Amino acid sequence: MTMTTYAVSHLEKLEAEAIFVLREVAAQFHRSALLFSGGKDSIVLSHLSKKAFQPAPIPYPFLHIDTGHNFPETIVFRDDLIKHLGVHLIVGSVQASIDAGRVIEEKGRNASRNYLQTTTLLDTIRELNLDAAIGGGRRDEEKARAKERFFSHRNEFGQWDPKNQRPELWDLYNGRRHHGEHFRVFPLSNWTELDIWQYILQENIPIPCIYFAHRRRCILRNGVLLAYSEFLTLNDADKETLAERLVRCRTVGDMTCTGLVESTASTVEDIIREVAASRSSERVSRADDLRSDSAMEDRKREGYF
Amino acid sequence: MSDQTPPEMDLLRFTTAGSVDDGKSTLIGRLMYDTKTIFQDQLDSLQRLAVQRGETLNLALLTDGLRAEREQGITIDVAYRYFSTPHRKFIIADTPGHIQYTRNMVTGASTANLAIILIDARNGVIEQTHRHIFIASLLGIPHFIICINKMDLVEFREDVYERIKDDLKGFVAKLSIPDITFIPISALLGDNVVNPSVNMPWYKGPALLYTLENINITSDENLVDCRFPVQYVIRPRNDQYHDYRGYAGKISGGIFKPGDKVKILPSNLSSEITSIESPSGPVTEAFPPMSVVMQLQDDIDISRGDMIVREHNQPNVSQDIDLMICWMSSTPLQPMQTYILRHTTKETKAMVRNLYYKLDINTLHRIENVPDLGLNEIGRISVRTAQPLFYDSYRRNRATGSIILIDERTNETVGAGMIRD
Repeated sequence: MTMTTYAVSHLEKLEAEAIFVLREVAAQFHRSALLFSGGKDSIVLSHLSKKAFQPAPIPYPFLHIDTGHNFPETIVFRDDLIKHLGVHLIVGSVQASIDAGRVIEEKGRNASRNYLQTTTLLDTIRELNLDAAIGGGRRDEEKARAKERFFSHRNEFGQWDPKNQRPELWDLYNGRRHHGEHFRVFPLSNWTELDIWQYILQENIPIPCIYFAHRRRCILRNGVLLAYSEFLTLNDADKETLAERLVRCRTVGDMTCTGLVESTASTVEDIIREVAASRSSERVSRADDLRSDSAMEDRKREGYF
Repeated sequence: MSDQTPPEMDLLRFTTAGSVDDGKSTLIGRLMYDTKTIFQDQLDSLQRLAVQRGETLNLALLTDGLRAEREQGITIDVAYRYFSTPHRKFIIADTPGHIQYTRNMVTGASTANLAIILIDARNGVIEQTHRHIFIASLLGIPHFIICINKMDLVEFREDVYERIKDDLKGFVAKLSIPDITFIPISALLGDNVVNPSVNMPWYKGPALLYTLENINITSDENLVDCRFPVQYVIRPRNDQYHDYRGYAGKISGGIFKPGDKVKILPSNLSSEITSIESPSGPVTEAFPPMSVVMQLQDDIDISRGDMIVREHNQPNVSQDIDLMICWMSSTPLQPMQTYILRHTTKETKAMVRNLYYKLDINTLHRIENVPDLGLNEIGRISVRTAQPLFYDSYRRNRATGSIILIDERTNETVGAGMIRD
């Protein structure tokens, strides 16, 4: 006689939890959108969204906050995926926010549009009258994110108050809100970077080619490898470090602050091996997080992703 | 960590409780450090902070995520931490040891399979130890590990360990805890955390990490009482799936199979399951905690908040509910007040009818004739709901036996309730 065991693997549990949360968004909110960056986490979210509602279409549009400083490969990938999924894409443009005088572009060598995204994001949420924005944030990414709820409340100014969050018990998610307030929802809260890659492998999910090792011209600044592009302001020290290297992206974001890692990984299996053996967290390559010890918390309080 | 995780790797959620200086954060730091989960850059950032403060490296800082926490050296809110071994992935709900303790511990405990309770070997069992064990047992955590920490400061003496074990016996017997393990450790030095201690040869049991890796959690789910709260109705409304109706949700109990005769609550209509779809396609069985979509034989009006069950095993159906409640708001709970009650996927209004007593959670004594229930207090109440709930006792099923109360004016979650037998 064979014994049936009713065991569920860790990836199945994480998948079931994320799908439950996505369906809860569809049930509790009227106007939601999925924040799509073209990075691996938002790609996994779009895959889970498809699974959560099939055979019906995904019941929310995708929203890309576009700094204009993209890896071109990401945009090509984004447009293909949107077409494949049949979802509506809304683009919130940081350039438009700059042109309208809503934000002022940073100046100098370390200038980045990463910080300007918050204004564009909050303006777009207001314009679209969104009551929920689904994001790919994970608690293992960063210490401020470790404090996030699945359903994270934002006041009418879009701000997060980490010291006064609603308690979140069992799987009873409270998305009740007043007019003008919204929620950020993080279905991947309990996933780690390694879980994401194992799931991408298991589900055979396509990802942008920049996640795999490729030759690219880079500069080395403050210990972070940055892709050379017209969006960077180089000084003489930067120019000296300019060289072609074999690299890949560990995260994908704005080109001016997304660091690259030297790697020979050409398959998802290679990446899993690399991540499992890695002695540094994925945020180490993000120049935006290295600005200060509480850089992420400060940005999140103001309404960042 | 292995290169390729075997597919049978599972997931265990645990919560940690201890008084302020019991070394809880040090233990978590130790587990993460020794399983190589702490990354070099995170360690560097801790080192920078230590130098800046003129202190030695403090692993506790790893779990304090907010600036205010690091500045004040306290933990404000539940923090979630992750580590894994080749056998298991672990999620730690790390809860603070002082202000708003009960509220945060209840939150962390609500989803945990296991509780680690820390006791300082020098101080032995104190009032807070009772409180931590009681809350964890009230929240129905099936497995307990009592870590008697700082054994290095009592010369690793067996008699100290045995005396603390004895002191707890009487209290533990009053609660229903299915599985309890005692381990003498030194979180600071690593004794019996990941590696067996050479300083305590008298302790014959396994180290903490081995215990965490090997505790059997598959029998924790209720596989007997079939409960499927409908979360969302999938209706494509296109030509290809013109008449498709799929009922999406998470299995809260029991094992469902295509062909099962089922009853739908509250309509009491009967039907039969024609198919069950998991995220990866059709399945022949569905059980907790799977998220699935069911299709039924008959075209019945079913919406969010309804429950699909088996004909011969039905939950309680009532508008009068008897609860243990933990209060989480600075505005006290008072009899005759109304709240929004959320239970499974259902939301309804509820009025507090009676406040029978509140508990002194250190002694477990009942205090009767109280006017209200304040922040972090636990009491027994009864509520009358606008619509009937389909429920089991919390002891029988944590998913169908739990509720939250929401303040209608502020929309805050103010109470966590466990339905009594």
